[in-house]
Amino acid sequence: MDKYQFLITLAGVIFSLGLLGVAVRRNLLVVMMCLEIMLNAVVLSFVTSASRSNTVAGASMTFFIYVAASCEIALAMAIVVLLVKRHATLDLDAHQDLKG
Amino acid sequence: METFFILLFGTAAVLFAVLVIMVRQPMRAALALVAHMVSLACIYATLNVHVVAIFQILIYVSAVMVFMVYTIMLLDDRDASFQQRFSRWVYPALIVAVLIPVSLWLLPNDSSALVAPAGGPERFTFAAFAFDFMKTYWFHFELATVLLLIGVLSAWTAVKEGLDG
Repeated sequence: MDKYQFLITLAGVIFSLGLLGVAVRRNLLVVMMCLEIMLNAVVLSFVTSASRSNTVAGASMTFFIYVAASCEIALAMAIVVLLVKRHATLDLDAHQDLKG
Repeated sequence: METFFILLFGTAAVLFAVLVIMVRQPMRAALALVAHMVSLACIYATLNVHVVAIFQILIYVSAVMVFMVYTIMLLDDRDASFQQRFSRWVYPALIVAVLIPVSLWLLPNDSSALVAPAGGPERFTFAAFAFDFMKTYWFHFELATVLLLIGVLSAWTAVKEGLDG
């Protein structure tokens, strides 16, 4: 099997594991970590494409993904701390009263 | 040799991702996530995309995980969600998680669609990448800095509003 096809499949496996974690875990912090795993899988697929086509576009896109991830985690952690302050738990089921 | 390293670090990345989902304590999950990200950085270095490997270590492993670890330290580790780890969506989620990589595996591998331009792995050295990046993507770079600023301001506002309200 081609190494690029292997890496794209690996990215799919890692993305699926992240999705699985988001769906099955009840802890808010671990769900955030699984979202980061999904973002890492996207970065892996971009890097694989950049390496395969030998262009800078894919590698540049990873830079913007890193910027978005940094913003996302800064905001998300602030929201997690506020949610825990309000409901006194990290359990996702306790936050079902949130409406968009 | 390259194939061996890709297999080794790919296996490590998958194992550490499984650990993130399985372990009970968030700090252990965070450590597994760090190991997962380092494994991916090793794959990028093996593919000669050193710039992204450096970004991965500097931004993800350092900056993002510092946020995570600080938040874990702020919160109580005796929460109920640590004892009952999994929700009722385990089996449907497992089926979807298996279907995604299988569908990718079955995709036809048509490498003729990508025509590689001239230039080898030296295209991804830091100097060459920085030159190409600032020549082509300077406007996107400026937008990204504005996005970062908005992110910092939003986080600060969210915390301030939460504390006041």
